[in-house]
Amino acid sequence: MSALLEAINIGKTFGGVQALKDVSLTINAGEIYGLIGPNGAGKTTFFNVITGLYQRDGGEIRFDGVPLSLTSPHEVAAAGIARTFQNIRLFAEMSALENVMVGRHLRSRSGVLGAVFRTAATRAEEVAIKQKATALLEYVGIAAKAEIRAASLSYGDQRRLEIARALASEPKLLALDEPAAGMNATETAGLRSLIEKIRKDGTTVLLIEHDVKLIMGLCDRVAVLDYGQKIAEDIPANVQRDAGVISAYLGVPNE
Amino acid sequence: MQNKKFAGFALIAIALIALPIMVGIGFGNAWVRMLDFALLYIMLALGLNIVVGFAGLLDLGYIAFYAVGAYIYALLASPHFGLHWPLWAILPIGALVAGVFGILLGAPTLRLRGDYLAIVTLGFGEIIRIFLNNLNAPINITNGPKGIAGIDPLTIAGQPLTKGMDLFGFHFHGLYLYYYLFVILALLIVLVTMRLENSRIGRAWVAIREDEIAAKACGINTRNVKLLAFAMGASFGGVAGGLFSGFQQFVSPESFGLFESIMVLCMVVLGGMGNIPGVILGAVVLTVLPEFFRYWAGPAQQAVFGQIFIDPESMRLLLFGIALILVMRFRPMGLLPSARRKAELEHLAPSLDDEGKA
Repeated sequence: MSALLEAINIGKTFGGVQALKDVSLTINAGEIYGLIGPNGAGKTTFFNVITGLYQRDGGEIRFDGVPLSLTSPHEVAAAGIARTFQNIRLFAEMSALENVMVGRHLRSRSGVLGAVFRTAATRAEEVAIKQKATALLEYVGIAAKAEIRAASLSYGDQRRLEIARALASEPKLLALDEPAAGMNATETAGLRSLIEKIRKDGTTVLLIEHDVKLIMGLCDRVAVLDYGQKIAEDIPANVQRDAGVISAYLGVPNE
Repeated sequence: MQNKKFAGFALIAIALIALPIMVGIGFGNAWVRMLDFALLYIMLALGLNIVVGFAGLLDLGYIAFYAVGAYIYALLASPHFGLHWPLWAILPIGALVAGVFGILLGAPTLRLRGDYLAIVTLGFGEIIRIFLNNLNAPINITNGPKGIAGIDPLTIAGQPLTKGMDLFGFHFHGLYLYYYLFVILALLIVLVTMRLENSRIGRAWVAIREDEIAAKACGINTRNVKLLAFAMGASFGGVAGGLFSGFQQFVSPESFGLFESIMVLCMVVLGGMGNIPGVILGAVVLTVLPEFFRYWAGPAQQAVFGQIFIDPESMRLLLFGIALILVMRFRPMGLLPSARRKAELEHLAPSLDDEGKA
């Protein structure tokens, strides 16, 4: 297995708070990689550093063999990392289909002139964008709701739509920030099979999650963050038995 | 279907051709002149709509680009520099220069949003006006507050439009000819706006309006796409400005004050932000309504009270304000909101009523 994303000694401080301290981890191509930890452990911060939303203070990231020195989210997206957000960020006034069509931005090129003169190339591209977006809605299972405003969709469908939009850029790494948050058991089960399908179709998945059952059942490997530091990285079964992880979650017993 | 569509277009075309003739015969040429202005405002409002309506960037200094377009025409086709360039050469230059100004003024504001963006753009709008006011020394470029007079009228194929034209035994006053030219250009701008709206770029603008961070995560280079919105909007303003200049044959800085910027913004907001027919309606209503009050407010007071209590000019603004408040109260999404937003409002209304009863 080859490394898709290597994070080496990533550091990030906010004022005096060390949110991430020398976090190193490697995500292999084709795996589902889980990132867990108690609230405030730095999971989302790590996520935002990887995806260019925050600037890292130290460390190095290599993605697909090349150093990822990029500084802005759209460049990171162009490099092949797509993400979803913990608090869903859809384009509320646009339809589900349009949301995914925006996701195709990176895979299309038409500019102002093409649009104004409606050139053959632009028209062909528009058709392709629409087809691909429709196919993706179908893929995540909300094709019937293509014309509905994103804000009117049910919570679970909004999560699915966000995943479809992220997949639209054909990323190498799909990063999901707590996709199961607020979902009921049925929705979580559906999400789980969707993530498995995505991996099977060749996209590596990075997953932040609080739902331990989901993480343990789904992930090939899991890293645990606590107070901005990685305290474990292993297959789920081993992480579950790790003394450091148990004390981070449950606290150290009194002597 | 195709035939129906064609019939629709033909009907609109006939209505647009007949409109000034009917208005001119029915109400006099002053109202045709107002139609001309309404068309200029439609072009301006559509330009501002790209920035405010599509991309969601509140711009209070938009009139600056109108000013740039107007002065470009004034400088290139007037005795001021002794230049008399043709219309077809000046309009693209005006659009281009205004577009460049759009980028120049947009670039420093890229990180700003909402109120802060509004304040900064307001300042930029004023800077342009003040520059125009003071660029008469040490080298006289704009002729300062006196403005530039004697500008060439808009001329097509060697025929100044001011002279009018005799056709089918009917004398078309110059105002009519201006109307037809403006209609053609306004339709062109409508077409460009519509095509942009349903394009990859248009979707990127709306995405930025809806959620800038998510737009970035989708790989949209928000800096470039925002600058593109500023440039496109500004270039429409530049075209409208050039036409204004040749139409009035006189420009001075006082035509481009803050009130004009606010007026155009009101047209966009009142009509229905982001919705092309709404913006057009907003521009027409806000051009016609104040004029209507001006004609009506004085005589009405005279008839009722026998004297004029409130000067019609200030009355006009008062009623204008009331009209705006009413629209915001009863149609908060504008007179003609986009279909999607309207559906949302209707969906919302009954549930609010239910809460009221409970």
